[in-house]
Amino acid sequence: MPPESEYPLQSLTAARVVVVAGKGGVGKTTVTAVIARAASATGQRVLLVELDGKPTLANLVPDLEVLAISAPEALDEYLREHGFSRIAKRLNRTGVIEVVGTAAPGIDDIVVLGKIKQLERSGKYDLIVVDGPAAGHAITFLTSAAGLSGAVHSGPVRAQADDVLELLHDGERCQVVLVALPETTPVNEVVETAFALEDTVGVQLGPVVVNMVDVVGGSSGAGFVSGPVATVIESLPGDVATRAAVSQLDDPVVAAALVEAAAFRRSRREMEAEELARLAAALPIPRVLLPARLVAGLSPIDIDALASVLGDPGVNREAGDDA
Amino acid sequence: MMPNRDAADAGLDVIDSSSVIICCGSGGVGKTTTAAVLGLEAARRGRRAVVVTIDPARRLADALGLPDGLASTPQRIDVDHISGPVSGELSAMMLDTAATFDGLVKRHADNQDQVERILNNAFYRNIAGALSGTQEYMAAETLHELHGDDRFDLVVVDTPPSRNALDFLEAPGVLARFLDHRLFRLLMLPTRGGLKVIGTATQPLLKAIGKVVGSEVLADSVAFFQAFAGMEAGFRERADEVVALIRAPETSFVVVASPRHDTIGEAVWFGEQLVEQGVGVTSAIVNRAHPAFGEGSAAEALVSADEARERADDVLSALWANVAELRTMHEAELEVIAPLREIAGKDRLALLPLLDRDIHDLDGLWTIAGHLFAQNNDH
Repeated sequence: MPPESEYPLQSLTAARVVVVAGKGGVGKTTVTAVIARAASATGQRVLLVELDGKPTLANLVPDLEVLAISAPEALDEYLREHGFSRIAKRLNRTGVIEVVGTAAPGIDDIVVLGKIKQLERSGKYDLIVVDGPAAGHAITFLTSAAGLSGAVHSGPVRAQADDVLELLHDGERCQVVLVALPETTPVNEVVETAFALEDTVGVQLGPVVVNMVDVVGGSSGAGFVSGPVATVIESLPGDVATRAAVSQLDDPVVAAALVEAAAFRRSRREMEAEELARLAAALPIPRVLLPARLVAGLSPIDIDALASVLGDPGVNREAGDDA
Repeated sequence: MMPNRDAADAGLDVIDSSSVIICCGSGGVGKTTTAAVLGLEAARRGRRAVVVTIDPARRLADALGLPDGLASTPQRIDVDHISGPVSGELSAMMLDTAATFDGLVKRHADNQDQVERILNNAFYRNIAGALSGTQEYMAAETLHELHGDDRFDLVVVDTPPSRNALDFLEAPGVLARFLDHRLFRLLMLPTRGGLKVIGTATQPLLKAIGKVVGSEVLADSVAFFQAFAGMEAGFRERADEVVALIRAPETSFVVVASPRHDTIGEAVWFGEQLVEQGVGVTSAIVNRAHPAFGEGSAAEALVSADEARERADDVLSALWANVAELRTMHEAELEVIAPLREIAGKDRLALLPLLDRDIHDLDGLWTIAGHLFAQNNDH
């Protein structure tokens, strides 16, 4: 079990339910898979939850349990379990759910969160990792309970909303892990989302996971770690050393390509370092950095490698108390 | 590496032959930037372009030189200071879903009283914000509006991130379909003469729904359907016009993706749906592709790195290893892009390079446009 000192996996799995949230393209599903894989490796009973009906998650962690939750099914199940079987039947038959969902926005989110709460209460899992809703939907997803309990004063949906609020407000039961990339717009978005979640939902925020970082500090080295290329570029030669080294080459085109490639990589890394510093200054919470991989699409092998980074005490974690 | 001459053709085609360009693709692939680049290139070629974005990203507003952010009406972009000649005009605006919807209601309502009853209704406000497809619907509505505006001869629109390309094609009908809804008819049918809404207590289903969601919510929705009575036909007609424009030959679909396995998969899925619908993909643009850095493969670069190391030239070895890593990414990306190249057509797919810095001004967009449309595109 985890030692005294915190390391990435421990802080990422500090609550029984971990909702992974972030804008499109930042690698939310990857991070969900990596956290689940790392926790599973320590013997925890892990459930993954996906909400968008895509098979991506199951492909990344083929041997772990993945549950797909859809709003209409969750509502139907809830109604049946709470003595509203006849309504459930009629709601489905008439397709009224869409109208009901519009009348009370967030009802679909509530029943999904309610289902997650039920799974958490079942005691069957040590950890439930939720691949949160896509795009900018994370905030509305998580604020649905507060919004609905203000609008709906009675009935089973109200009761469900109250239960969900209780879950969201309990940092031991639930936390949100935000995912970013070390680039301007994703950093801005994660900062905005973090403040919005804290203000409107009052949910516990776990570490921010920064995905696809080229240079990761600490003992695990750097660069596109352990990809198909054996050499890891830990320290790129500087501009002066680069020009000196290529001056011996006969082919000026090759020399130019080497110089250009080194300058490109240095520039990207500088930008990443700036963005990481900006994130650190803007958000007083810890950051976990996941290294970029030398692939254009992740496989279970990559997930395993990234999970071992999380499970390694003392690496790839930046302190959050410096801001 | 693979010369990318086709890039120029892909761009030329889509800009010169269209009066509407719809950029679609999954979230986070650079649709908004692509839309801005296409608009800027069109302006360079003398067209009067307007870019409509649904993405409130600060960075785009900054890049366009709009320190106060994008407005909900078109604003002229000052293109005089970029590093090349621009003979046309560029404007940009951000989609305002709620205001656009309010405008539609005002256009179709019979009188001011009806307008107010609708705009003040809680259920309407939910629809304007939460009914799935509303954002796409209003984007389509806005592009129709701008298409008819004499100030512009090209509208470039950036679509909401969505799994389904059909969302956009079908979005204009979303309200018409909603008004056709079974619940609406349940509420209205029993008293078709006066379109008086029946009491909720007399309808078992409504009573049941009220039990689940609460009676206030139900009362709001009943009032909404009541207020909307008589407007369905107008909405449907307008929706048909918008759909006709989206499907017109002068409208182009540009599928945008990043060079990752999952987003290419979604782009291919988008493309297939568009083909099935008979609209087809005009171009595909893959953003943020790693450059290859010279001729030769990753494996060759790795050999050079090893040779340099054997000669104890660690600096040169590291430089070659860096090229090997970047080329490995380049090669992996070309491989995952292949299916998209197939569906878009070989010469309709353009790769845009990952730049060494973020785009933060018009010159950055200009650089990207240069990569997309320049003659010697050798990355």
